[in-house]
Parts: sequence; C-alpha cells; structure tokens
Amino acid sequence: MGKIKDQYQKLQEQAQKLTLSPDVIQIRVGSATCENASGAREVAEEFKKNIVVYGSDNVKLLTVGCTGRCSCEPIVSVSKPGKKMVVYQKVDRETAHKIFVSHIKEDRLVEESLLGDASIYNTNKSQTAYSPSQQNLAGFPMTEEFLKLYGDIPFYNSQTRIALRNSGIINPESLHEYISRQGFLGLNIVLDKADPEWVVDQISIAKLRGRGGGGFPTGKKWHLARMSEEKIRYVVCNADEGDPGAFMDRSLLESDPFSVIEGMIIAGYAIGAQKGFFYIRAEYPLAVERVQKAIDLCHKEGLLGKDIWGTGFNFELEIRLGAGAFVCGEETALIHSIEGERGQPRTRPPYPVVKGLWNKPTVINNVETLANIPAIMVMEANNFNKIGTAVSGGTKVFALAGKVNHTGLVEVPMGTSLREVVFGIGGGIPNGKKLKAVQTGGPSGGLLPYSVIDTPIDYDTLAASGSIMGSGGMIVLDEDDCAVDVAKFFLIFTQDESCGKCSPCREGTLRMLEILERITSGNGTLEDLVNLERLANLVKKASLCGLGKAAPNPVLSTLKHFRDEYLAHVVDKRCPAKKCAALIRYEIDPEKCVGCTACARVCPVKCITGERKFAHIIDQKQCIKCGACFNICKFSAVKKT
Amino acid sequence: MNNNLKNVCCSGDCSKNEKDCIEASRDLFPENILKFIEQCLKDEHPNSQLITVLHKVQDHFGYLSPQTMDAVAYLMQIPAAKVSGVASFYHYFRLKPCGKHVISVCLGTACYVNGAEAVLKKFSEELGIKEGETTHDGMFTLEIARCLGACALAPVVKIGDDIHSQVTPDKVPFIISSCLKK
Repeated sequence: MGKIKDQYQKLQEQAQKLTLSPDVIQIRVGSATCENASGAREVAEEFKKNIVVYGSDNVKLLTVGCTGRCSCEPIVSVSKPGKKMVVYQKVDRETAHKIFVSHIKEDRLVEESLLGDASIYNTNKSQTAYSPSQQNLAGFPMTEEFLKLYGDIPFYNSQTRIALRNSGIINPESLHEYISRQGFLGLNIVLDKADPEWVVDQISIAKLRGRGGGGFPTGKKWHLARMSEEKIRYVVCNADEGDPGAFMDRSLLESDPFSVIEGMIIAGYAIGAQKGFFYIRAEYPLAVERVQKAIDLCHKEGLLGKDIWGTGFNFELEIRLGAGAFVCGEETALIHSIEGERGQPRTRPPYPVVKGLWNKPTVINNVETLANIPAIMVMEANNFNKIGTAVSGGTKVFALAGKVNHTGLVEVPMGTSLREVVFGIGGGIPNGKKLKAVQTGGPSGGLLPYSVIDTPIDYDTLAASGSIMGSGGMIVLDEDDCAVDVAKFFLIFTQDESCGKCSPCREGTLRMLEILERITSGNGTLEDLVNLERLANLVKKASLCGLGKAAPNPVLSTLKHFRDEYLAHVVDKRCPAKKCAALIRYEIDPEKCVGCTACARVCPVKCITGERKFAHIIDQKQCIKCGACFNICKFSAVKKT
Repeated sequence: MNNNLKNVCCSGDCSKNEKDCIEASRDLFPENILKFIEQCLKDEHPNSQLITVLHKVQDHFGYLSPQTMDAVAYLMQIPAAKVSGVASFYHYFRLKPCGKHVISVCLGTACYVNGAEAVLKKFSEELGIKEGETTHDGMFTLEIARCLGACALAPVVKIGDDIHSQVTPDKVPFIISSCLKK
C-alpha cells in the first residue's frame, strides 16, 4: 500500500522542483473572464514589457485565476522575498508601470492604488486573528495559504475559503502549482485507503450538502448510487450555471479546474464509476478551454486514464457543452442533453442515481460541491463539519452583485447572516440608499426583505423565508427597485425558458406573466391579485420539474413580503419605487424651471412646450415616460412622481 | 454564402439516392468536422455527440442552415427531424445568418437592476434594429444574453469574444464605432 503514497511523494517532489525560488519577485495578475473584461490582459502585457525593458531576471509574472473581488479588478499582487504580499486594485497600464518602477524597483508602494489601507502592508506581522471557522483551515497548506496571503485585507479577511482556496493564488493551467498546495493529496488518501465505502461515510460525516441549490446530502446521493446492481455508473459535474446572477461555477472552473477534477475522480472511485462528464455552458468558453487543458495535463501525469497509480482504478473525463437552455440545469433535462436530445425533463422517480445517463446510475454534483471533496479528504470530515451549522457542514460561495458596494465572490460558513454578507463583507449599499431586499436563488428563488437580515443563511432557513439557497446568486436591491417589476422580470425569464412539456408550467407562467403585465401597466384589479396567488400555488404544485415548481417563487415571495407594493400598483395606480414606466408621471416644477429648453429639445415625442426663459409644460397625454427630460434637467425642475 | 449550400439535400422530392446525399453532405463541411463525426460514429453512444457537432457547425458557418442540419443528419445517421428538433430547442443555436459583429446585451438579474434595459434600447436606436435582427449591411446582429456570468461588472455587453463591462447608454456609440474600425 505504501506504493501509492510513494507515487504521490514523487509527484510532490517534482512539483516542488518547479516551484519558484523564494528569492524571486512575483507579480500575480488575474486572468478570469471578469478580469480580462476589466483589462487584465493589457496590464499583464505592460508588466511583461517592463520586465524585458528593465532586464529584471528576478521578477516573474504569474497568471492566476480570480480572487473574487470583482469590482476592484484588475487586481495585481506583488510578493517580494521576505515581505508581505501587496495587493493593488483597478490597475491599468499606467498604474502597472508605476508599480513596476516604484514598488518593484525602489520598494515604494503605490499607495493610491492599494487594495485596503497602506498600514496593512507596512508591517510584516499579520494583524488579523483567525475567526473560529478559519482556525479549522489552519495547518493545511491547501486551505491556509489564502489566509496567509490575503488574511489582512478587508473583504477577504472575514471569508472562510475552502472551495475557492486556490482561486487567485495558483495558475489555473499549471498542474504542478496545484499539486504543490496539497493538490491530489485527497485522491491519494482515498486510493491508499482503498475503501470506497469509507469515502462515502466521510462525505456523510462532513455533512456536505449539494451546492447547486437543492441541498441534498451528497453522501446519501453517493450511497444510493453505490447500492445499485448496475455495474456501469457515471459521475456528472453540473456546470450549467444558468441562474442569472450566479457566477461562482465559472470563476471556479476558470481559476482552479484541478480541484473540481480531483473531486470528480474521488466521486468516481467512491461510487464505482469509470467515466465522468463535465456539462458546461457554451457561454463560458474560457472555462471550457481551461477544464480541457487541465484534463489533458492530468492524463499526461497518469492522474486520469487507466490504472491510476497502479490501483487498477480507471477513470476518464469528457466535456459536453450546454447550448443555452436554463432547464438543462435540472438533472433529468441535463441527462437528456448529454445524450444529445432536447433538454426536456422527465418525471422522477426513478432518480438519476438509480436510472440516469443511458439508464445507468448517475451521480450529478455541482461544481462547488465537487471542489469541496478534496478539501474534506485532506482536512478530514470531522474538521470540515465544525464549520457551518449542525445540519449543513462547510461553507457556501455567494455571488454578490446588484446594488452593493463590494461586488464579487464571497465564501462564508453556512449559517452566516445576510447582514454580515451584505453590510460586512459587501460594504453596504452605494449612494446612501436603503436596502430593500436581497434576491437569492435566481428565477427559482425569492426576495428576502430587510426583516430577515439577521437570519442565518442555510438551505432550510431560506426556504422558510420563501426563497431558496439556489446556486448562491445574491442580488442586492435598493429602494429604487420595484418588487413587482423584479417578479415580472423573473417570470419573463422562466416563461421563456419553460420547455413546454407540461401545461402547468407552459401555460401557467404565461398567464401569471399576463397578470403581472396588467398590474405594472396600471390595469390590474384586486381580483388579479387573488388569481395570481392561486395560479402561482397551482403551478408550484402541479409542474413536472424543478423549473416549473420553483417558477412561482419570485411572485409568491414578493406577494408575501411586499404585498403593499402590489396594492399600490393595483389600487392607487402608483409604483412606489418609481420604476414601472406606465405608473409614473413626469411634471415640471414652474418654480424651478428656468426655461432653458433643454428638455423640450431632448423630448423624442416633442410633448414639452414653453417659451425660452419661461416655465415649460409636459403634455401628459402625449408623454411616453421615457425619462429623457428628467435625466437632462440641470435644475432638478422635472419631477418624477 | 457558399453556393454549395444550395440543393445539398432532398426534402424527399429529388431523385438522388442516399449515397449521393451523404457525398454531397461531406462536401459541405471542412475536414475537422468530418473527422470529428467519424470519431463519434465509433463511440459507444454516437448520437450523444449531436449537440457537440452542431456547435462545431455553428462555429464554422455562423449559424445552422436547413442544409447544414440535413447534412449533419445524413452524416450522423440521425433523423433530420431530430436534428432540427434539437437545434431549435436550444437558444444558443442560431437558425438565421448573423452579422459580422454579434452584440449580446446581458439581461441577467444583476445587469437588469443596474440598467441594462437602457443600454439595449440605446443599441437598438443606434443600429436601427430590434433584438434578434441584423443590420442591412450585415455588420451587426443585436441579441439578448441570459447571463454572461460577469455579474459583478454589470451591465455587461459581449461582442465577439470581448466582454465590455459597466456599459452605460452614452458609451454605446463609442463601442459601435470601435467595432467598425476592426
């Protein structure tokens, strides 16, 4: 048995040999889709140029994934020998040059571009003590590295990173960098133990639940697949991240594909599968490219393929692309799509763990779930389950976006409160506005009002509040967002994505949408509200698959928490958030209007009249409520009511 | 468009036999696609690669025409009805030709609450086309994307492989003119 450990030792030694010497100055530049969109490629080029121009052989430019601090991208970090790593934000070509000349050459920090306060970087000692959940990560190079590097910087310092442990630290296209941080140690432990049953038990002890949204216990799922009498079994990684507002799967696959691959190999071993599929959205070309590269590298190193480490265990991985159908995130629809069919769901049971791909037992796990698996094996299930709540172990990654100061990826222990995520790590709402609600779970979730801000976030607590965990999309809404309009937005989405197989979803969502359109255009009645609620409950009960069953959630949760807003639309014909165009009115305050004629000139329907230097008037009958006059007026004379 | 695209296949009303049809289908596709299909046919589940093949065809031609879909059907030995059934089910597959620059305005939740609708409207006004349409000169196609997964930079617009972040309506004319320079 020692043989397997020896092989890993050899792999480790190889990786360590390739690791950069500590005397080298390292510049890390992010390279995920969002980083590239903010201009990281140009920044990397600038550094490359500078290295050549200054002939700096001891400076190395490293390409890494995404640290998750999206609104400050491109992020650049500089590590000098014996010094604390310094992180810069919103770097462009010019700043990159400055960093090179002043920080790298002369040791003067470029203070105006630092991420966080300069005092963090001017000391070599760590200032932040580990939180109780972070303490569980200490002692493992795999999970502690992130804390060591980023632990003092606000936004990162209160996160507990397990799934995102390597994101932003390693080069996503380098196997040896992954291995040098205890990569594939998890697989090594599993193969050395040679007891698949034990692996499944560990996952159960870890209290790991499906991160894709359903929250089904992963250990139980694996156990069910193991029980099958069928010999051929499959593992599928669900990377069809269709939820608008969620992007952690993309970021993970682009920043650390190896951990997901290792998770899949362990899953394959545990359930007795020899083949696994990645089902990735075609909208994520970079993720597809990196996963394919990672698979090829693993093949070369004998970590995939036949007889892995001489254990007789064979495992192959293949990528299948999605093609832009939201319903394919539903597991039976996903199976049909991999089989090359229209992605329509079917009734369950039989569940995929009994009859899945080509009628064989199939375990479908989400990207984030799989990324946790190697960490559980290395840090041990009993340490993993100390993080999180009594019923749900570990952390959850949230994609924080919308009206919040610090947008990006946030990984916190299960049971953390919404307040901590939105106001603590997220830094609150911009422009001094008030928080109205937090939308979780995408089109299948709901709106959580301010009143539940202190509720610990977990699968069960969110369900009790009328939303769902979903894949972790978290969109923050402020007072300018209309609850009815948001419900309508999601219904347009689900109505369009309804596959058409069952009538409750196909027809029900359409009728619900019609009612919502009536309400937002000012033609709603009280009877509409009653019908909307009845219909929503019916669609929820009678639909075939998860998409239909969850489609009414945005409507039901807004009816529950924001009923007075619906009533304002229906009874007073007024949109309190001033969002629904048909219900707002633009008027010119004659006291403030100076008669500059700017509004009259910009009006597309020419419905504003008035003499120069005299107050103007809007003809309400002709006004199309485009808001052009409101936006152009410099004297705040145009009022929106 | 390639002249070969015409008359590749029968809709049951020509006199060609199946062998000729398969030959004609082969002529349509470049070597890499033909090779991939051949590979698939040796697979344990050849039909399961249909979506992958359609992706490759769309990458090459820009869209899926009835002719190319029929050719896929012949080469993969899958009923043509199923091929078009699959192609029309998925949003990602385009059944009409598209312009040189495909502009996808993301209307995911984060983009929506951050004002993507106004951006879409501005593109529509500037280009004189609605979503799903292509300009007369064949330069631009305007599309709506569900979510491009760059939510933290909302609102985003994807043109070709580039993602433009934090787009506002007043940036739109500049974005369009920078495309024209390419």
